Amino acid sequence: MAIAEPKPQISLLPVAATPARSGAFPSGQAIAAAASEMEVPSPRQIVAANKRRIQNDPTGEGSMVLNMGPHHPSTHGVLRLAVELAGETVLQLAPEVGFLHTGIEKTMESKSYQKAVVLTDRTDYLGPMINNLSYALAVEKLLDCEIPPRAQVARVLFSELTRLNSYLVWLGTHALDLAAMSVFLYCFREREYLLDIFELVSGARMMTSYIRPGGLAYDLPAEFKPTVQRFLDIMPSHIDEYEALLTENPIWKERTIGVGKISAADALAVGLTGANLRATGVAYDVRKLFPYSGYENYDFKLVTGTQGDTYDRYLVRMAEMRESVKIAQQALNNLPDGPYATSDRKIWPPSKEEITYSMESLIHHFKLWTEGFKPPVGDAYVAVESGRGELGCYVVSDGSNKPWRVHFRAPSFINLQGLPHMAKGQIFSDLIAMIASLDPVLGEVDR
Amino acid sequence: MALTNAGVLQTLQTRFGAGILGTSEFRGDLALTLDPQALIPVALFLREAPELQYILLSSVTGVDYYGREPRFEVVYHFTSLEHAHHVVLKVGANEADPHIPSLAPMFPTANYQEREIYDMFGIIFDGHPDLQRILMPDEWDGFPQRKDQPLVYEEVAFTFNHDAIDAQKPYADK
Repeated sequence: MAIAEPKPQISLLPVAATPARSGAFPSGQAIAAAASEMEVPSPRQIVAANKRRIQNDPTGEGSMVLNMGPHHPSTHGVLRLAVELAGETVLQLAPEVGFLHTGIEKTMESKSYQKAVVLTDRTDYLGPMINNLSYALAVEKLLDCEIPPRAQVARVLFSELTRLNSYLVWLGTHALDLAAMSVFLYCFREREYLLDIFELVSGARMMTSYIRPGGLAYDLPAEFKPTVQRFLDIMPSHIDEYEALLTENPIWKERTIGVGKISAADALAVGLTGANLRATGVAYDVRKLFPYSGYENYDFKLVTGTQGDTYDRYLVRMAEMRESVKIAQQALNNLPDGPYATSDRKIWPPSKEEITYSMESLIHHFKLWTEGFKPPVGDAYVAVESGRGELGCYVVSDGSNKPWRVHFRAPSFINLQGLPHMAKGQIFSDLIAMIASLDPVLGEVDR
Repeated sequence: MALTNAGVLQTLQTRFGAGILGTSEFRGDLALTLDPQALIPVALFLREAPELQYILLSSVTGVDYYGREPRFEVVYHFTSLEHAHHVVLKVGANEADPHIPSLAPMFPTANYQEREIYDMFGIIFDGHPDLQRILMPDEWDGFPQRKDQPLVYEEVAFTFNHDAIDAQKPYADK
């Protein structure tokens, strides 16, 4: 079968046009108006509303509360939804979270800065390298340390590979929820390749802990470049393949167009970020607005949609996958040689050779591995663009070797608040499509 | 027109002089410590003033500065997409009576985040539509991210020892 050329229905803004353009964002007043009509109910409120409705309706057929999850295949993890239904129509719903709460933020307070990195992998387990990066950047902001170019470029490269990894799982499970089995299998085939790359550099497929405060955990291996190049060569044709299966597929369009619509003002009021926000037409991408790790040096387009429905979210993410391949290719082409971590010996331990002839190096090595570094007193918030939206990391230092407080602004957690608004008045079976297209990762929701 | 820390500070100080208890700048981020009563007016002004347009309330989080008074601090990160600028608001809450006005009715995005802060630190947000635990179980006793919350090993509950564990819980005699 010939693969059809995909027809993007979304705007691809050129690079120069993306910074602040007047009128491109909803005004504060529009958001205030949207916010005044918005509700984020809790399950308790849903049950109370249902009781009131039944009391007012003598037939008792006014509405019913259905508990969806926490063990439901289409809730993408342990998410419970309390859905109030009238027939098949969703009157209102409330997500119930916390089933996967493991106290990651609390645990990080009792580890030294470098040792806390491993916990960041376990929040959003589909985007470990981006989590590592957000934490590393926040700690580096506290330390005010310089990162060598090789590490900077590698960080961008891994951010994009991680984004592809996370989008592939989103696409596969989204399609599976709407009964397109083969897309799921194809997506996981390509994801396997990505996990092999992660294993090659870090030794672990998912819990990588590869990007650390100060640089990278290890240098890139010799076979890294050709392996990634092979992946980047095949990936665009695979994206064509997914699009050939879905983009013009009448069933797919039927299930996604107009489903879970949200306006730009509503999306901003409820705090949606990432592809969910961009699908409503708001050109907000942290990589463009607040570039980090040298994102300002890469040529890529900021993709926005127009409708803010499930289909637009799909189109935006598909176009972003192509942009990610482009960024990764630029990073791979320009990957410089040189050190992979900072040369500041108060932050990063010296090499083994150095220890053999330098007493200071031995002391630094000993101090860093027993005690760790001590950032100055202060707090820092750094936002990065993860596969799900603005992933912020807020670190407070009290001047000791352990973080006083670490907080993740988890995009999945905050995006989930948009679900009650999207689902209001829609058909229950479309709710499945909405959850999948919001793309929450419950590990990150509950932390 | 690009926003600068000094410009934003001046705009806010001329309008809310008395409500701003302190300002700081660390690594290029402007942070304002506010009187709790000034929080809602300042937040609405940041969002709606035509020259500022901090339309996204990025993050709301709490910190427990144990041993200091006010012990708790709630931190708000506002983002202006128009001007690519961040501003941080901080509001303190006393240990004895940790109350802070809720932003959730005006900023729906703060709803879950304030519930999380209540859950973790026990800070009460006045005016929140339904302030209750979100991550921890409802029957949990205490606020886990407070610095004086003891770190203890929790025995894993199975069917054979569930009742014995339950009998030792702080809520058992209630």
